[in-house]
Amino acid sequence: MALRIAVCVKQVPDPETPASAFKVDETVNRVVPAPGIPPVVNGFDLHAVEAALRIKDAGEAEVVILAVGNDFVMDVMKKPLSMGADVLVLAEDPALEDLDAVCTVNVLAAMIEKSGPFDLILAGRQASDWDQAHVPLGLAERLGLPSVTLARNVEPQDGKVRIERALTDGYQVVEAPTPAVITVSNELGEARYPTLRGIMGASRKQPERLTLDDLGLTADDLKPALELQRLFIPESESQVEIIEGEDEADAGRKLALRLRELNLI
Amino acid sequence: MSGILVIAEIENGVISAASGELLAAASKLAGEGVSGGISLAVMGDDLSGVTAAQAPGADRLILMSDPALKDGGTGGYDAPVLSIAALNESTSPYVILFAKTDFGAVVGPRLAFKLGVPVAQDCMDVALDSGSGRVAVTRPVFGGNAMAVYGFTGDGTQIATIRPGVFDAVEGEGSGSVEEFDVSGAVAAARSVLVETVVQASEGVRLEDADVIISGGRGLGGPEPFEQLQELADILGGAVGASRAACDAGWVDHSYQIGLTGKSVKPTVYLSIGISGASQHMAGLSGARNIVAINKDGDANIFKSARFGVIGDWAKILPAFTATVRDLAG
Repeated sequence: MALRIAVCVKQVPDPETPASAFKVDETVNRVVPAPGIPPVVNGFDLHAVEAALRIKDAGEAEVVILAVGNDFVMDVMKKPLSMGADVLVLAEDPALEDLDAVCTVNVLAAMIEKSGPFDLILAGRQASDWDQAHVPLGLAERLGLPSVTLARNVEPQDGKVRIERALTDGYQVVEAPTPAVITVSNELGEARYPTLRGIMGASRKQPERLTLDDLGLTADDLKPALELQRLFIPESESQVEIIEGEDEADAGRKLALRLRELNLI
Repeated sequence: MSGILVIAEIENGVISAASGELLAAASKLAGEGVSGGISLAVMGDDLSGVTAAQAPGADRLILMSDPALKDGGTGGYDAPVLSIAALNESTSPYVILFAKTDFGAVVGPRLAFKLGVPVAQDCMDVALDSGSGRVAVTRPVFGGNAMAVYGFTGDGTQIATIRPGVFDAVEGEGSGSVEEFDVSGAVAAARSVLVETVVQASEGVRLEDADVIISGGRGLGGPEPFEQLQELADILGGAVGASRAACDAGWVDHSYQIGLTGKSVKPTVYLSIGISGASQHMAGLSGARNIVAINKDGDANIFKSARFGVIGDWAKILPAFTATVRDLAG
């Protein structure tokens, strides 16, 4: 029987936005979108899509993409479809913009109950906007499922899943019963590029949409547990001492002497 | 609900040095008015080497001992989560602090969702809001491009994971009381199984402990230059690090990676070579005292945080630098 794999993805501001174009509106504690720089699918989430597609390549699987947010750019959000995913399910509503982790878990859990059951639920290790790295863990607790983070390889086996979990110094091999929630890290390797055929196919697919009513969510489910009190860009007063020399080698020599002078080396 | 519970980790049979940083964060909160004292809890299969002296600043040392808690528990961390949940029920702390490590970054959030309370991940500061009596945290967001201050709402337990290398560890010897907490009932329900752990630590000085780090990035152009970095690191008794770009390119193993999703380091000297200094990389350098940058682009972001810099071709600068360092060491 074909596996059903859900991949949770998020639309985020492009993390490659140059620091000079990164602006915050401190009066409303929000990031101002950089003009002319479209959002992207969170990078680690694309690694999660890649992990799902490798499983699909190796056997039979249906890959369902789930996303929560507001103001989706359809060309951006269809990228997982053009990579080879089968279905895109969106919960899009002004009330779903910049949700905190607890609320995001509430919405994703409802989406999974609606679109499930799934054998595996994958997500990127963290999103490059709020960098919290805990929505998938919360989702697992909410759904009563085991969770394993930082996968660099995901291999389903009869009724269980074998994961290589990246550590700061090496990796662990972990087995969990399915269904399970797994976060994927960049150690998995690069996500594939969409093919022309994939892009054409994706352009013909329409996302399935779930409203807050469909999901049975109320205002209470969307009430933040952490209150964002202040958002600001840290001051960095550059005080760099540029070491110059007659040529580059001389500058290198002088750098060493300067560091020695201050007893730093 | 009162008191601060610090969840410490075990390293080589004793309380890890990094736990002293958590005790510093806890002491700060206690100094600002969180009452009820500081408890430090550790878990493992054999805690015979753990003493109160290893926990300076803690009023109470709590030992949780069970075979299922060996090496921080099984791969999915079910046993630690269930054990701390049981401890929470018994002691109802006002604040629980973890280090944002492989362990804490998972167990902290899982515990929070299990208890139905919020968690703030990767905090660089914690403070007591005298008005609300609740904790406020400061944490980097958007890859370190911005900082966010969050306040805990409601009245439940407040859980935070603290970025390593930011607080100065409490020094000295502890003299708190010691007690055991029985977790045998709690750990029975673990599901995921750790099959094996493969350690790929680089030889020599650990990056997290290194006083000098020589680090390379995309600008090096390939794997070979890392040999030159290693040569310099060997002379200085330091360690070699890398940016994510260099690791993703396969030039060095991911265990070298420094940054938001790699290691947090705190050397006296961090020599970066061919690293542009994207905020995601700088996020791992909050504790670095002197950043020294060699980069061909004078506008590179790294120079904003660097104390010393040389603008130019690393391939010409580095050999002269290394030769001079060798002469000085001579």
